[in-house]
Amino acid sequence: MELIWNGITQALSLLLQGNPQVLEIALLSLELSGLATLVALVFGVPFGALLAFKVFPGRGFTVTLVNTGMGVPPVVVGLFVSIVLWRSGPLGFLELLYTPGAIVLAQFIIAFPVITGLTMAALQQIDPKLLLQLKGLGASRIQLVAVLLWETRLPMLAAIIAGFGAVISEVGAVMMVGGNILGHTRVLTTATVLETRRGNFEVAIALGLILLALTFLITWLLTLFQQRSAAR
Amino acid sequence: MNEFVLELHDVAVTYDSRTVLDVPHLAVSRGEVLTLLGENGSGKTTLLRLLGLLVRPIRGRVVFCGEEVDFGSARRLLELRRRMAGVMQEALLCRMNVRQNVALGLRFRGLPKPEAQQRVDAWLERLSISHLDDRPASNLSGGEAQRTSLARAMVVDPEVLFLDEPFAALDAPTRQSLLQEFKDVLADSGVTAIFATHDRGEALGLGGRVAVLVGGGVVQVGSAEAVFSRPERADVARFVGVETLIPGRITGEAGGLVQVDCGEVQLEVEGDWEAGEEVYVAVRPEEIELHDDADHVVGPGRNVVGGRVAKTVPAETHFRVEIDGAAPVVAVVSRARYRDLALKTGQSVQASFAARAAHLIQRAGD
Repeated sequence: MELIWNGITQALSLLLQGNPQVLEIALLSLELSGLATLVALVFGVPFGALLAFKVFPGRGFTVTLVNTGMGVPPVVVGLFVSIVLWRSGPLGFLELLYTPGAIVLAQFIIAFPVITGLTMAALQQIDPKLLLQLKGLGASRIQLVAVLLWETRLPMLAAIIAGFGAVISEVGAVMMVGGNILGHTRVLTTATVLETRRGNFEVAIALGLILLALTFLITWLLTLFQQRSAAR
Repeated sequence: MNEFVLELHDVAVTYDSRTVLDVPHLAVSRGEVLTLLGENGSGKTTLLRLLGLLVRPIRGRVVFCGEEVDFGSARRLLELRRRMAGVMQEALLCRMNVRQNVALGLRFRGLPKPEAQQRVDAWLERLSISHLDDRPASNLSGGEAQRTSLARAMVVDPEVLFLDEPFAALDAPTRQSLLQEFKDVLADSGVTAIFATHDRGEALGLGGRVAVLVGGGVVQVGSAEAVFSRPERADVARFVGVETLIPGRITGEAGGLVQVDCGEVQLEVEGDWEAGEEVYVAVRPEEIELHDDADHVVGPGRNVVGGRVAKTVPAETHFRVEIDGAAPVVAVVSRARYRDLALKTGQSVQASFAARAAHLIQRAGD
């Protein structure tokens, strides 16, 4: 019990002092996971829209792949990205392994199916008659998708929350492809693992608290927006 | 400027290889209000969607303002669609406020904001929904939602307006007041309007031409008056409320009237038909009068069918009386007349109608 209590008090003083190293790790986490989520949105939303509205050969299989991807173990993603980026691997020449880029790539692969799948599900809930009504009002294809995404902003925000939540809290793949190098690829989750192993519980707790706070803050902001929209 | 806004030439539409619409020809004149009248599933909505360039025909040509529509060119389709607008049975508003919903079509057309605001304001005002301006669309009554939907369509100043049963989901009083208001809006704007409904009252109330749809085909087009009093087919007749259809055969002509042999009775009807033709004598229920057996009603140009009252059904303003006899006849009588005749089931009566109040429908293939 004392161990926990001491850990928490020391963690709080660490946080209040504004330890620059901890701050840097937190910022890097936010940056990499934010970027990965953003890229996953850029590719996942149009792809989700395509799967929702277009019928093409192989669509059913693709949807199954996406759904499988939503539950794929991150450690497998880590393994896959490691092999691909390995010096002798197909993309080894990019020399991305153990860089922040590798982390973004792994996190993108984790977030992409989540966002694609949830976008597709959100858009498929739309009344097909609304689609015709909007087309009848003179919407181009892009305008149509834009209005429909706005129309489904509640489930779409849930998709963003789910995608971001999945990658910010991810540790296995990030450890494998990033290498947990201090000042370079060490993020909140990998740092927490490391400090726990070392028995530096106060630092680990401080990192864990930041991770919790960050996740909470971002989810809270998104939820706030989501629920304000829901009330309308 | 082309006389016709929309023309269909030998078009057919299929869903899952089932033909749901097959129209050899239909033309919509500029500025007219055309009502598509038909039961549910008769193809009204599909016809509206085809005219609105929202479904693609498997054959035939659609001509919009003299231009044959190229369904293969998505860009041209969009340009043409932007000259039209529609109001559906459900308002189908987006999760935005009333103003944003009304502005949607203008936003799609990239209209500068100040001009868009001005036009939206004018239509909010015109349809008495200015006070709902910033109300979320999810928070409107059925009538308010349909007003918003009409404003959203009219604000883009369409050349053609499609209305697909816009009042079907509303309660009767709201329907009545909105019908009048929609009618005024159509008249004031002079927009070409195509209005689909299964409600005969709405079709009559709107005036203009009526096209009757049965089983995916347009079976009769004409003025509301012509369609309602002179249906050309038995199915149309039944649908527009011509309840008395007496089968018979034409025997000749006498005194300017066609003589029809209907088995137990001989009837006279105005018209120009050949002897030997198999026909129905069609009469609207309000054209039929009922009399006591004792009354002497036979006279020139007047048909009389005797029978017994089989059923009487009270309605809001009248009684509907079914008579079984030499030929089955359905009449509506006023409450006063009903009382005078002391009508009851089984009572013997005479039903009479003028020769010019009836018309003939070909029976072949029916």
